[in-house]
Amino acid sequence: MENPVIVSLQDIVVDFDGEPILTGLSLDIHDKEFVTLLGPSGCGKTTTLRVIGGFVEPKSGKVLFNGKDIKSLPPYKRPVNTVFQKYALFPHLNVYENVAFGLRLKKMDEKEIHSRVMEMLETVGLKGFERRSIAKLSGGQQQRVAIARGLANHPKILLLDEPLGALDLKLRKEMQIELKRLQQAMDITFIYVTHDQEEALTMSDTVVVMNKGHIQQIGTPEDIYNEPKNAFVAEFIGESNIVDGVMRRDFMVEFAGASFSCVDKGFAVNEIVQVVVRPEDIQVVPAIQGTLTGVVKDVIFKGVHFEMRVEQAGYEWIIHSTQASQPGELIGMNIGPEEIHIMRRMEE
Amino acid sequence: MLKNKSLAYPYLVWMAIFIAAPLLIVVYFAFTTAEGKFTLNNLTGIAPYTAVFARSLLLAGAATIICLVMAYPVSYFLSRMRANKQHIMLMLVMLPMWMNFLLRTYAWMTLLEKNGIINKILGFFGIGPLQMINTAGAVILGMVYNYLPYMILPLYTAMVKIDDSLIEAAQDLGAGTWRTLTRVLIPMSAPGIATGITMVFVPSVSTFIISRMLGGGGNMLIGDLIELQFLGNSLNYNVGSAMSLLLMVVVLLCMSLTNTMGDEDVEGVI
Ligand SMILES: Nc1ncnc2c1ncn2[C@@H]1O[C@H](COP(=O)(O)OP(=O)(O)O)[C@@H](O)[C@H]1O
Ligand SMILES: [Mg+2]
Repeated sequence: MENPVIVSLQDIVVDFDGEPILTGLSLDIHDKEFVTLLGPSGCGKTTTLRVIGGFVEPKSGKVLFNGKDIKSLPPYKRPVNTVFQKYALFPHLNVYENVAFGLRLKKMDEKEIHSRVMEMLETVGLKGFERRSIAKLSGGQQQRVAIARGLANHPKILLLDEPLGALDLKLRKEMQIELKRLQQAMDITFIYVTHDQEEALTMSDTVVVMNKGHIQQIGTPEDIYNEPKNAFVAEFIGESNIVDGVMRRDFMVEFAGASFSCVDKGFAVNEIVQVVVRPEDIQVVPAIQGTLTGVVKDVIFKGVHFEMRVEQAGYEWIIHSTQASQPGELIGMNIGPEEIHIMRRMEE
Repeated sequence: MLKNKSLAYPYLVWMAIFIAAPLLIVVYFAFTTAEGKFTLNNLTGIAPYTAVFARSLLLAGAATIICLVMAYPVSYFLSRMRANKQHIMLMLVMLPMWMNFLLRTYAWMTLLEKNGIINKILGFFGIGPLQMINTAGAVILGMVYNYLPYMILPLYTAMVKIDDSLIEAAQDLGAGTWRTLTRVLIPMSAPGIATGITMVFVPSVSTFIISRMLGGGGNMLIGDLIELQFLGNSLNYNVGSAMSLLLMVVVLLCMSLTNTMGDEDVEGVI
């Protein structure tokens, strides 16, 4: 699984007009992985991508490609291609010429260009569209042209900046699967930017969660979901219940007025911590059997499950359950040791 | 969108009276003798002035090329500035146009004179005095100075429409500065280039004030020649009309040439 590191960002600092955007960001990206930069809008994802692409020169820090510093290498000399947020297709060229753009610059011979372009268009499902003008394509088709154009150059790394942002939900889901397939078929590194956590979890080998120019956590989708390092990650990756608690000793935590066994250790005795419980990990039981008891405030049907808000001793719990309780009903809640996740308190 | 086509009628009437009718009159004069008989002598009579026509095309062509080369980078950087700065800079570009055309050209006369300011400054460094006024160079300078904004504006208008991301995409795919210019910027700004060329070349090729004021007697252009036929001592409406007609044909040819360049069919480029 651990491929060699292909791109390494070391202590990258980027300012815009004196405003710090990235403040010492370090990140290793492994070869042939699907890596996603995930975070809220404005957190510096695009800027990070542009540092790798060569469009933003960091004030300090190193950008290593296969161990070599490429900080001063201009974009057109980097073995990296980009799928831009708004596609950035050339409107004066047709589909074929857009895809061939990079190949023509390489002075490849016409036969080779032709076979490469046709191969790429076939890969993205746009065979027969060669002569079409860009303006006559739908959003989804433009997206595919942009991807084909990026891949045609056979880059070592493809950078994708929220490429599915403008597409409707159904098309987005299709393209997610498509992109994952493409990445595996081409056998190269994809660095993908999104603010959509579900997208990140579905497609990635590695997710990099960012906030305010800092990396919050790096890990597999499972890691990030099940073992969030802090409240920001927990909250950003899906819904969760986050409450303050006290570590009484190893494997024993107290919160919401009750003691729970857990699987975490290594905290100081009586250390104040934050506890994360996913809504689907709370078991609803009859009131007398519950470690916690609370009153159901409301119930919303969400398609696959019901979402309930439960009031318990001043806390409000969100529970996802396939069985609905009645609003006003007193219910019991149990949480297994595996489902309790302890985090050190976030220093703001 | 205005649906009511009758709103266009006033202009149609205007066109009929002030454009179509004079044109017909010019054609009539061009092909008739002073007595009103049909003749081709007026047109063939232009032959001795071929040199003047050639000079006009040459000087106007040179001025157009200089304008294009100067205006292109200016327009590009203008189009990449922040929106509020763009407006200020555009004002500065247009500022000279608010001054009277004659006044501007007079100003150049005094600057370029034998004992004008430029020669005085040069003399201070022990250079000159140079013969600047009454040269072909001075005429070109006058054209460039007067018509440069007409090149900048259409180029700028075409280039603000080119998103930064397209330039970045070109670089991303392996194009350096030169190839970004030739493969993306120039093709995408072609309509602006065509308009700019037309807007500089047409007034330059038909000017008579610039050549008379800055060119002296030795740099006569078509415009001067035509003026002589109507107001000067040659006084020959028929030959003057023939010359006007020929000039018009030349201009139309040049415009259709640049227009095909402007809206080149992008799908046929392969
Ligand atoms: N060219 C720029 N000039 C000034 N500020 C910028 C520029 N590009 C981005 N920023 C600022 O940097 C921050 C991070 O932007 P960005 O990397 O685009 O975030 P994201 O892609 O995560 O939404 C934002 O606050 C944005 O306003
Ligand atoms: Mg962004």
